[in-house]
Amino acid sequence: MAFFEVKDLSILFGGLKALDNISFKVKKGEVYSIIGPNGAGKTTLFNCINGIYKATSGQILFKDKTITGKKPHQVAQAGIARTFQNIELFDNLNTMENIMLGRHLYMKTGLFRGGFLWGKNSFAGKEEAVHRKKVEEIIDLLDLQSSREKLVGGLPYGIRKQVELARALAVEPELLLLDEPCAGMNSEEKQDMIFWVKDIQDELGITILLIEHDMNMVMDISDRILAINFGQTITEGDPESVRKHPEVLKAYLGEDDGECTA
Amino acid sequence: MDMKRDYYEDVRIFTSGAVIFWTGILLLLLAIFPFVAKNYYVYVVNFMAINVIVVVGLNILVGYTGQISMGHAGFFAIGAYGTIVLMTQAHFPFLLALPSAGLIAAFIGFLLGLPALRLEGPYLAIATLGFGITTTQIIGKIQMFGERQGLHAPDLIIGGWHIKTDKDFYFLLIPITIAMVIIARNIIKTKVGRAFISIRDADIAASTIGVNLTYYKTLAFAVSAFYAAVGGGLYAFVLRFIEPELFSMFMSVTFLTMVVVGGLGSIMGSVAGACLLGFLDLQLRNILEIPYFGDWIRMLSESYFTLTGASNIQLIVFGLILIVIMLFEPLGIFGMWIRSKKYWLAWPF
Repeated sequence: MAFFEVKDLSILFGGLKALDNISFKVKKGEVYSIIGPNGAGKTTLFNCINGIYKATSGQILFKDKTITGKKPHQVAQAGIARTFQNIELFDNLNTMENIMLGRHLYMKTGLFRGGFLWGKNSFAGKEEAVHRKKVEEIIDLLDLQSSREKLVGGLPYGIRKQVELARALAVEPELLLLDEPCAGMNSEEKQDMIFWVKDIQDELGITILLIEHDMNMVMDISDRILAINFGQTITEGDPESVRKHPEVLKAYLGEDDGECTA
Repeated sequence: MDMKRDYYEDVRIFTSGAVIFWTGILLLLLAIFPFVAKNYYVYVVNFMAINVIVVVGLNILVGYTGQISMGHAGFFAIGAYGTIVLMTQAHFPFLLALPSAGLIAAFIGFLLGLPALRLEGPYLAIATLGFGITTTQIIGKIQMFGERQGLHAPDLIIGGWHIKTDKDFYFLLIPITIAMVIIARNIIKTKVGRAFISIRDADIAASTIGVNLTYYKTLAFAVSAFYAAVGGGLYAFVLRFIEPELFSMFMSVTFLTMVVVGGLGSIMGSVAGACLLGFLDLQLRNILEIPYFGDWIRMLSESYFTLTGASNIQLIVFGLILIVIMLFEPLGIFGMWIRSKKYWLAWPF
C-alpha cells in the first residue's frame, strides 16, 4: 500500500529502451530524488507518470489506483502536478494569470457563466475573486509580489522557474514532480529554492519527486534517492548509501579512479 | 498609478472613469449616427458590424487558441442559409432562428475541431480551407437552399417591429454586435479563455495542470463557428439575397486578414481590424470612380494585370496593407495602439 508506486516501467523509442523495468515506491510526505547522468531517462520517467508518453509496459499506481494510460489532464485531476526542465510557461499572460491557470481544475465557470460576467456578484465574478485570493497566498509564499502584473515572457530566468513552481502549487497537488528546479540558477537562487522545497514538504505536506543535478541540494533535502543510468536502476536508498555506491560514482565520475569522493 | 483594492477589478470591463466616459460617447455616437448619416453609410456600418462579429469569433480561435481556420466562410454560409431556411421552412421567428443556426454551425465546428486535434499550422489551414470550399459546393447543390439561384431573405418582423430599411436593421444589429463583443471579452477573461490561451502558449504544460486539450480545442472551434454563423445570419438580412458564390475562399481569407491586421489575441484589435478592412473592402470597389487616379489605375491594370480591367483591385490593395502591417507592426492595430499609448504616457521623453 504505497502512496505512489512505479512497477516495472519500461518504454521503448524504436529500438531504444529509454526506461528498463524501473520500480520504486514513494511514501507520503517524503522528498524522493531521482538522479542520473544526462540521458539516463529521468525526464522520460516524469513524462510517463504525467501521461505525456505512453509506457510500453509496467504500471504506475497513485494512492492504489492505476494512472497508467491516463491522459495528462486526468493525471492532474488525480492530484499530480509538475514543473518542467525547460520552463513551459504561458508567456503572453502575466504571473497572476499563469498561476490562475493552475486553479483551472477548481473553477467551475463555463462558457455561459463566463460570457455573462455581469459584475462582482455574478457567479464568475465571485469565483474569480475567490481563486485570485488563493493565488495571492501562493504569490506570498514564493515572494513573487513584484512580478504579479508582469508578462512572464519578459521575466528573468530564476523568477520564471519560481512562477512555474507557483503554478504547480496552485493545482494543490498531493504529489509534485520537480524537474531540475535549480538548473541554471546562481547559488543564492538555489538556496531560496531549497528553502521553498522544504517549506512545501513541511507546511503544505506535499510529497515531492525531484530530479536534480545539484548534488548538494539532492543530498541536503532528499529522504531517499533513486539512481538510474541508461534507463536502468543502479541503486536506491538513503542519501549516504547512494553517495558511496560504487556504480553511482562510476556513472558520475567515470571509472579508473579510486580517490574521488563525490 | 491606480491601486486595485479588489480582485474583481482585474476582470471588470470599465477599468477607469475615462473608459466609462469614452464608452458613453461611443454609444451616443452610435445611437445618433443613422439619423445624421446617408443611408449608404448606414449600410456600410452594418457591413462593418457583421465583420466585427465574425472576426472577434475567429480571433478566439486563431489569436487566442492558436488554431488556424481558413474556412470560416463555410460557417458564415451555414449561418446565413440556416437562418433563412429555419425561418421560411420551419417558421422559426428570427430571434430563435439566428441562434439555432449558430448552434448548428457550432456543432459542425466541433466536428471540424476533431481532425484539428491531430493537425497543426499549414496542415490545419489546408483542412479548414477544404471545409470552406466543400460547404459552399454542397449548399449550391441542395434544392432547399435554392441551388445556384440563391435565396431571398424573408420579411423580418420582431414582435410588432417590421424591419425594412438599413436604418431599422442597424438598431437590431448594433446591440447584438456589442453584446457579442462583450461576451467574447468576458470569455477570454475567465476560465475558458485562459484555457484557450494556455493551449496556444504551451499545450503540454496546459495539459499537466488539468486543461483537457481535446475539449478546449474543439470548444474553441465551436465558439468561433457560432460567432461566424451569427454574423452570417445577420448578413443574409443586410444583403436580402444570398447565393453560394458569395461565400468564397476569398471571404475566408478576408476574415483571417482582418484578424491579423487587427492584432492576434486582441478583441479590440479585431473590432478595429474588421471595421477598417470592412470599410476598405466596400470603398475600394469604387476606386475606379475617383477622378484621374481611377483612370490611371484602370490603365495600369489593363496593361499589366488583367484584360478585364481593375475589377479585383481591392484584393491587391488588401494584400499590400497586409504586407505593410506585417513588416512594420506584427501585432497589427492593437500593437500600434500599445506603442502609441506607451509613447504618450512617457511623453516628452
